Amino acid sequence: MSLWELANPTRFMRLSGRVLPWVAGLAALALGAGLAWGFFLTPEDYQQGSTVKIIFVHVPAAMMAVNIYAMMFVASLVWLIRRHHVSALAAKAAAPVGATMTVIALMTGALWGQPMWGTAWEWDPRLTSFFILFLFYLGYIALWSAIEDPDKAADLTAILALVGSVFAILSRYAVNFWSQGLHQGASLSLDRRTNMDPVFWWPLIFCILGFFLAFLALVLLRTRTEIRARRLRALTLAGR
Amino acid sequence: MRAFLALLARDLALALRSGGGAGLSLAFFMVTVLLMPIGIGPDGAVLAAVAPGLIWVAALLASLLSLDRLFQADAEDGTLDILALSPLPLEAVAAGKALAHWLTTGAPLVVAAPVLAITLALPGSAYGPLIAALALGTPALSVIGTVGAALTVGVRRGGLLLSLLVLPLYIPTLIFGARAVSLAADGLAPGPALLLLGAVSLFAAALGPFAAAAALRVNLR
Repeated sequence: MSLWELANPTRFMRLSGRVLPWVAGLAALALGAGLAWGFFLTPEDYQQGSTVKIIFVHVPAAMMAVNIYAMMFVASLVWLIRRHHVSALAAKAAAPVGATMTVIALMTGALWGQPMWGTAWEWDPRLTSFFILFLFYLGYIALWSAIEDPDKAADLTAILALVGSVFAILSRYAVNFWSQGLHQGASLSLDRRTNMDPVFWWPLIFCILGFFLAFLALVLLRTRTEIRARRLRALTLAGR
Repeated sequence: MRAFLALLARDLALALRSGGGAGLSLAFFMVTVLLMPIGIGPDGAVLAAVAPGLIWVAALLASLLSLDRLFQADAEDGTLDILALSPLPLEAVAAGKALAHWLTTGAPLVVAAPVLAITLALPGSAYGPLIAALALGTPALSVIGTVGAALTVGVRRGGLLLSLLVLPLYIPTLIFGARAVSLAADGLAPGPALLLLGAVSLFAAALGPFAAAAALRVNLR
């Protein structure tokens, strides 16, 4: 079966309905295991004490915040090129989740920064670009809700998502020009040996997996809701 | 080309003759800049330190002010449909609108900003870079704003929405523009910031008309 067959809303509804409970269950399992392991079974850092455990929420949320915008970019592109409604609705469904992840990353960062950096907020490039990213999410959501005709709204928000992605990347590197960084560099990467102790690394991997699965479950659920709302709208318009 | 120039001449004439165009946005720019010392206090050293950013933020807001009428007036009286049917491609229409917007709101700021910078006690070394930065950067504001205006043509009272969509897109321009001026004010070379600012403008000018035309086509459907 090709991925494009899911573009048929009926088929998408059937498959997603079958998959959703499993994804949601696995998400709860991975999140529960990762967070419990991270919070209760890892040692305290010799410098940061117990605040180090914020990493188990902060890092996955920040990763999702960036990657959800990338997912919206791809989904918008698919909608503009191939006109698959499920794709447009998935982008719409993902936006509030992404905005929430951005807020979680900023808030947990502030909670950690207050005792560790001595400041809850600093105009650091990473912090600032997350603030900017949050505004991009807000604009995208606001444009969706401002336009009544669903197809028109899908087209215009897709254009906004494309233009916004370009400028979001531009802003990400422009802020480096403007301020010195306080935020540490990446502690996780695929291309070099991780500089994080395996004691913290394993529960973190579980948390990242849990956040990803939770995002998947939320997007599936919200996309299904959007499809049903669309059908309802079509029915009420036809009945008039 | 003749159609493009005719559109440009029409938009310029409309902006100049019906109040609410060029003059008002320049006046808005001046009021915003002159309100700041009143809010911050008359200390010259403090004002000189914030002057580059302040002038740039005022320029962003001034360019935003007239954007919501950029396409809306034409959409309401049907001119936009005529423009869409004309042999001129919509991309060129968007570019012409952006150029007219820049000539009526961006270009006057380039002239007015140095005068206002005197009142903010900007150091003498920064005047050249200030003019250069505004001349290089304000076209980007107009083009990006055109995209936002095209996206919100169909939205009634879209002014607030427009500012939420457009202001985050202005951030790279603001960073490089204000940085060029403050580097020069500190006696450092503003060259790299000016070059990056020019790059942002060229990039926006290359991308913007296509995005704006795509949004206009959706809204005309």
